[in-house]
Amino acid sequence: MIRARSWLPIPLLSVLLLAVWLLLQQSVAFGQWLLGGFLAIVIPIVIHPFWEPQAYLKRPFLLVRYYLRVLGDIVIANLQVSRIIIDPRKRANPMFVVYPLELEDYFTITVLASTITLTPGTVSAHLRLDGKSLLIHTLDADDPDTVIKEIHERYERPLKEIFEC
Amino acid sequence: MIGFYTVMEGIIAFFLVAGGVFAFIGSLGLARLQDFYMRLHGPSKTSTLGVGCTLIGSMIYFSLTNHTISLQELLITIFLFVTAPVSAHMLAKCALHQKLPHYERTKGRPEELDEEQEDPDAADRPSTTPAP
Amino acid sequence: MLDTALWISLALFVVAILLNVYRLTIGPSLPDRILALDTMYVNSIGLIILFCIWLNSKTYFEAALLIAMLGFISTVAVCKYLLRGDIIE
Repeated sequence: MIRARSWLPIPLLSVLLLAVWLLLQQSVAFGQWLLGGFLAIVIPIVIHPFWEPQAYLKRPFLLVRYYLRVLGDIVIANLQVSRIIIDPRKRANPMFVVYPLELEDYFTITVLASTITLTPGTVSAHLRLDGKSLLIHTLDADDPDTVIKEIHERYERPLKEIFEC
Repeated sequence: MIGFYTVMEGIIAFFLVAGGVFAFIGSLGLARLQDFYMRLHGPSKTSTLGVGCTLIGSMIYFSLTNHTISLQELLITIFLFVTAPVSAHMLAKCALHQKLPHYERTKGRPEELDEEQEDPDAADRPSTTPAP
Repeated sequence: MLDTALWISLALFVVAILLNVYRLTIGPSLPDRILALDTMYVNSIGLIILFCIWLNSKTYFEAALLIAMLGFISTVAVCKYLLRGDIIE
C-alpha cells in the first residue's frame, strides 16, 4: 500500500483518477500521463477536507475472490429473475426481510448493500441507522432465516475479513 | 476448418443477442409485475446485465476491428454496475417514504409501512406459511 | 451473422424502450415513473452502443458515458427531492 502524505492525501483515489483519465483518453502518451497525474494530485487535495475517513483495505487478494464470486452470482441471479418474470404460471412469493448488520463501517455497509441488490432475488431497501439493520425485499423466498443465513455466509463474512478484522 | 474471425464473430453475436434479451426481460418485468417493490428487481439487475453484455460484445468487436484493445466500454460498464444499486436503493427508500401499497402475497411487515396497515383488512392478511 | 445479431438486438432494445414508455405513462405512482425513466436511460445506452457497432465508429461513446452519468445523477436528485422536498440541504 502507498502511504498517505500531505501532498497525496488519498492514494487510492489518485490511482483511480489516473486510471480513469487514461481510459477516457484512450492513449498512454506522455502528455496524458502528465495531465492525468496533475489531476490525480490536485483533485484529492481539493476534496480532502470533506472526505470521510475510509475503511482500510486489509487483505486485497481476498477482494479479488469476492469480486469473482459476485460476478458469478450476478449471472445466476439474472437467470432466476428472468425465469420469474417470463413464466406466467409461476407465482412469486415476495417478502420483506430485516437483516441484522454486523458490519460497523459505513463504506463496508454500502458495499454489502450494493452486493445484495445485484445478487439473487434481493434488493436492499432501507438502512435503519438506529438498530443497525437493513431492510431487504426478496422476490422469491419462503423463509427469512434462510435468506439471512445465506447473505451472512456468502457476503458479510468475507467483507468483514477484507475490511475489518 | 473454422477461422479465428468466424469464432469471434459468433462470440460477439452471442453477447449482443444475450444483451438484447436481458434488457427486454428487465423491461418486461418493469411492465408486468404486480407492485413497485417487485418491479424494482427487473431493471436494477437484469437491464444492467443486458447493457453490460452489449458493452462486452462491442468491446470485443472494436478490439478486433481497430487492432487495439478498446477499454472505454469497460469504463461505462463499471460505472453502470456501480450506480445501478445506488439508484435502486434510493428508489426503494422513496417508495417506503411514500408508503406505496405492496402486493397482498408479500410476507413480512416492515415497520416503515406500518401506519398504512392499521386498517381493518389487516386482520385477513395472508398467513406467513409458504404458498404451495 | 453479425448483421442478424445486430438487428435482433436492436429490435429487442426498441421493444424494451416501448415497454418503459408504457410504464412511464400508466405508472400509478411517482417512483414508478422515475424507475421507468431510469431504465430508459440504461436501454438508450445499449441502443447507442449498437448504433456505434452498426456505423463502425466510436464517436458516440462519449455520449453514452454522458447519458450514464446524467441518468444516475438525475435519478438520485429526483429521489432526494421526493424524500426531503429539497435537493441540496
